[in-house]
Amino acid sequence: MNFTNFGKYLLLLKAVFRRPEKFKIYLKAIFQQMDFIGVGSLGLIAIISTFIGAVMTLQIAFQLVSDFIPKTIIGSVTRDSSILELSPTITAIVLAGKIGSAISSEIGTMRVSEQIDALEIMGINSPGYLILPKVLAGITMVPVLVIFAMVLSIVGGFLGGTLSGAISAAEYIQGITTDFNPYTIVVALVKAFVFGFIITTVPAYEGFYVKGGALEVAQASTRAVVVACISILACDYIVTQLLL
Amino acid sequence: MIEIKDIEKSFGSNTVLQGISAKFEAGVTNLIIGGSGSGKTTLLKCMIGLHSPEKGTVEYDGREFTQMSFEERIEIRKEIGMLFQGSALFDSMTVEENIMFPLNMFTEQTFEEKLERVNFCLQRVNLIDKNKLFPAELSGGMKKRVGIARAIAMNPKYLFCDEPNSGLDPKTSIVIDELIKEITEEYNTTTIVVTHDMNSVMGIGDYILFLHQGKKFWEGSNQEIAHTDIEELNDFVFASRFMKAAKKNF
Repeated sequence: MNFTNFGKYLLLLKAVFRRPEKFKIYLKAIFQQMDFIGVGSLGLIAIISTFIGAVMTLQIAFQLVSDFIPKTIIGSVTRDSSILELSPTITAIVLAGKIGSAISSEIGTMRVSEQIDALEIMGINSPGYLILPKVLAGITMVPVLVIFAMVLSIVGGFLGGTLSGAISAAEYIQGITTDFNPYTIVVALVKAFVFGFIITTVPAYEGFYVKGGALEVAQASTRAVVVACISILACDYIVTQLLL
Repeated sequence: MIEIKDIEKSFGSNTVLQGISAKFEAGVTNLIIGGSGSGKTTLLKCMIGLHSPEKGTVEYDGREFTQMSFEERIEIRKEIGMLFQGSALFDSMTVEENIMFPLNMFTEQTFEEKLERVNFCLQRVNLIDKNKLFPAELSGGMKKRVGIARAIAMNPKYLFCDEPNSGLDPKTSIVIDELIKEITEEYNTTTIVVTHDMNSVMGIGDYILFLHQGKKFWEGSNQEIAHTDIEELNDFVFASRFMKAAKKNF
């Protein structure tokens, strides 16, 4: 995203947060989007988080082969890595692919088929009507999905560790309950909030300004996912630097 | 009435419109005609605010549109109905939801009142009992008629139609043209139709503005268009063999 695009992105955001024409209609759209972004992604996030937790436990167990390091550390490292980094970031990147491409292609198709022009002609603030419900659903549902991913990642670690014999159930549970710092949850939720904003606004921007036809909509969709993923990783670094 | 004065519009170094002025009266069908690339759709988009002209003014019954704030423009746009070239129906909504959409956004009517209005509009365009169909289930002509029904749902004072006949068979084209003319006369709307369809020109053109290479070349009625000696206009109007043959009878 160069500076011109970033300026256009900020102007679009300004239009997105104008006062809604009729809040009741926006509320209905927000719930629809929450269902799409949140409920619609539960299965995918569940599978990915469980496997990542399991794999992470096995890899930590493989690397920490020393008589001087207690095995409970495997549980602690799995917990902190899941909460602080893997659950928010992996969830966000997966959602950028799933939700981001859908948002970009939906809005892009509406642009090339003049549906956005039709909204404008009716006197409707099209950025607000199309994007605001998605943004509000994103910043509320992505943190919920991240909490869900944290829990399943830790459960996945338990299953992976115990089933493979890398760690006993008692050691793992002792590990995840020892020296827990609740602030890590706050950091993860701040990240999730920021990622939820990026996942919805960046693809919406790419779709909103698309010109051309089917090919350009597809290109915008690809660009949306790429830019959203890079933005997520950059913001991940910034938030981590600021809060830890 | 809509009055445009000295409209100019460029895209980069390409000047698309040069000094276009015209008056479009209410209750008559106003046509903007011209060949491909003549600037007619750009002129329409300048009039409704989808493009900003570099120079010139657009007045809706004396209200200067081009200098208006975002909020003031929204108030004018509530008085505008538009039929798009590709119909631009919301494809995730049924026919009923499409027509009800502006009513939902801008009125406080009950569902029953809105449904009554939707059914009236559908009846007006001869599409009864199609309420629950989605746009993908409609033919091109039916989509245009739903587009007209949605455009008139809010009782617009101004009706814009961008190439309403494109992609339609001649018979359906005539149905759409007659519908536009009937609605214009019935509700006294200021109707502006962008077209290059000669059947429309000869059939419903009460006032015709001819654009050529971004300039206003001629204005008049469908009675006068056959008797001009402007070469560019004659080349456009009598381009087909059928029209050349028909010219002898004018």
